[in-house]
Amino acid sequence: MRQAARVEARAAYAFVAPTALLLGLFVFLPLAWAVVISFQSTDGFGQGAWIGLDNYARLLGDSRFWRASLNTLVFTVVVTPLSIGLGLAAALLLDAALPARPLFRTVLILPMAVSGVATALVGLLFFDENTGVLNSILASFGLSEPAWQSDGPWAFASVVLVTLWWRVGFNMLIYLTALQGTDPQLHESAMLDGASWVQRLRHVTIPALRPATFFLVIINVIYSFQVFDLVFVLTGGGPEDSTSVLVTYAYEQGFTQRDQGYAAAVGMVLLVATLAFTTLQWRLNRGRDGEA
Amino acid sequence: MKLLRTVAASVVALVLVFPLYWMVVVALSSRRDLLGGRVGVLPSDLTTDNFRRVLEAFPVGTWFGNSVAVSLSVAVLTVVTNLMAGYAFAHLRFRGASPLFVLALGTLVLPVQVIMVALFRLVTELQLYGTYWAVILPTSASALGMFLARQFFLGIPRDLLDAARLDGAGEWRTFSRIVLPNAKPLVAVLFFMSLLSSWNDFAWPLIALKDNELFTLPIGLLYLQGQYGPDYTATMAYALVNVAPMLVLFVIFQRFFVQGFTSSGLR
Repeated sequence: MRQAARVEARAAYAFVAPTALLLGLFVFLPLAWAVVISFQSTDGFGQGAWIGLDNYARLLGDSRFWRASLNTLVFTVVVTPLSIGLGLAAALLLDAALPARPLFRTVLILPMAVSGVATALVGLLFFDENTGVLNSILASFGLSEPAWQSDGPWAFASVVLVTLWWRVGFNMLIYLTALQGTDPQLHESAMLDGASWVQRLRHVTIPALRPATFFLVIINVIYSFQVFDLVFVLTGGGPEDSTSVLVTYAYEQGFTQRDQGYAAAVGMVLLVATLAFTTLQWRLNRGRDGEA
Repeated sequence: MKLLRTVAASVVALVLVFPLYWMVVVALSSRRDLLGGRVGVLPSDLTTDNFRRVLEAFPVGTWFGNSVAVSLSVAVLTVVTNLMAGYAFAHLRFRGASPLFVLALGTLVLPVQVIMVALFRLVTELQLYGTYWAVILPTSASALGMFLARQFFLGIPRDLLDAARLDGAGEWRTFSRIVLPNAKPLVAVLFFMSLLSSWNDFAWPLIALKDNELFTLPIGLLYLQGQYGPDYTATMAYALVNVAPMLVLFVIFQRFFVQGFTSSGLR
C-alpha cells in the first residue's frame, strides 16, 4: 500500500513538473529578481549599482508617478462597477425569453476576440477630433463636440468607453452562465409570495449571483490595474499624463528612459496594491460566507 | 414586454457591433472618401486598394505566419502542461499538493508588468532576447488552464480511474486513454483560449522582439500606425487582417467557450 502511494506521488510530481518549471522560471524567478532590481540603479546593461531604498524614496516626490497612481485608481473605481453593472443588465436581458438569443449573445461577446491594439485603433478612428465618427454623429444631433484627444478628462473618458466596449461582454457571459445555474424554484416561490421584479432581483437573483460577482470584482480590478494596450495605443498616456497609468508609466521608465530599477519599483507598488486588494476581497467574501 | 426586451437587446447589439462594422467599412473605402466625410453607414465606393497598399509596404504575410507559429506553439505548450498538472491536482495524492496549487493559482493575479523588467533581463541572460522563444516560453507560463482543467477533472468519477488502474494501466496510460478522451470539450476550450490570448498579446512581444522580420501581427499594427499616422483606411485594412481569423474562430468556438466556463464551477 505504501508502495502504491509512492508510485502515485512520483507520477504526480512528473505531471506537475512542466507547469511548475514554466511558472518557476518565468514567473517566480523574475518576481524575486524584480524585487532585487527595484533596489538598484540600472539601465539594463551590465551590473546595476545597489542604491537601497532610493528608488522608493524618489517615488514619493515624483508627481508623474502620483498622477499615474491616481489615474489607475480612478480608472478602476469607474470601470469596475460600470462594466459589472452593464454586464449584469445585459445578462438579465438575454436570460429572458428572446428571439434569436444565441445571435445576441454572440454579438455581445464578440469584442472579447479583438486584440487590444486593434480595439485601440478602432477607438482612434472613432475619437479622432477631425475625422472621427463620434463627433460627426454628435454634431448631426446638434450636440457639442468634445475634444477627445486634446482635453484630458475627455481623453480619459474615451479610454473608459473603449474599455467598456471591450469588457462588458465577458462580464455578461459570466453572469449569464451563473443565471442559468440558479434554481428556478426560488423565483417561482418568490412570485407566489407576490414579490415584484425589482424585489426578486434584489432578494433572489443578486444573492444567487454572489460567487460570480466576487469573481468578477477581482478579475475587473486586476484588469484595471494592468490596463496597457488600450492606453498605450489610444492616448499614449497623454495629453500631459492625463491618461497615464502605473503600467504605462513603468513601461516608459523601463524601456524608453531605460531607468529599469525605477520601473521595477513602480512595478512593486502595483504588486502591493494587487495583493492588498485581493486579500481584502478574500477576507470580505469569507466573512460574509461565515454569516450565512 | 417581450417586444420591449427585443428592441433593447437589438439596440445594445447594434451599438456593440457598430465599431467592428465601421472598421470593415473604412478598410474598404478610399482615403479620400474618408477625409471628405463621404463614407456613410452604407458603404458606397468599395475598394480593396487599402489591402494592396498595406501588403506592398509591409511584410504582412511574414507577420501573419509569425503570429500563427507563435500562438500555436504557446497554445500547445500551455494546454499540454496545464492538462497534466490539472489532472494531478484533481486525482493524485502527493505531498505539498495544496501549497503548490495555491502558489500556482496566486500567479493569476500577478500583473505581467510587475516582472517585465526582470523577465527582459532573464531572456537576455538566457540569450533568447529577440527570438520566438522569448515570446513563447514566458507566455506559456500560465496557470489559468490548470485551474479550469482541475475543476473539470474533479467531475470525472474516481471509480472510472480506479478501474483503469486495476486493469494495470499506469498513470500516464490512465490519463491519455481514459481521462483525455472524456475531456475533448475542455481541451478545445483551453486550446482556443490560449490561442486567442497569445494571438492578441501585445505588451510582452513588444518588449521581447526587436527585428521587424519576427514581429507578430499586433506589434506590426503599431509599427504600421507609426509609419502611416492617421491613415485610417490602411490601418483598418491591416487591423481586419489581424482580427478576422480570431473573430471567425470565436464565432465557431463560442458555444464551447460558454460551456467551458460553466463546467469550471464558477456558478
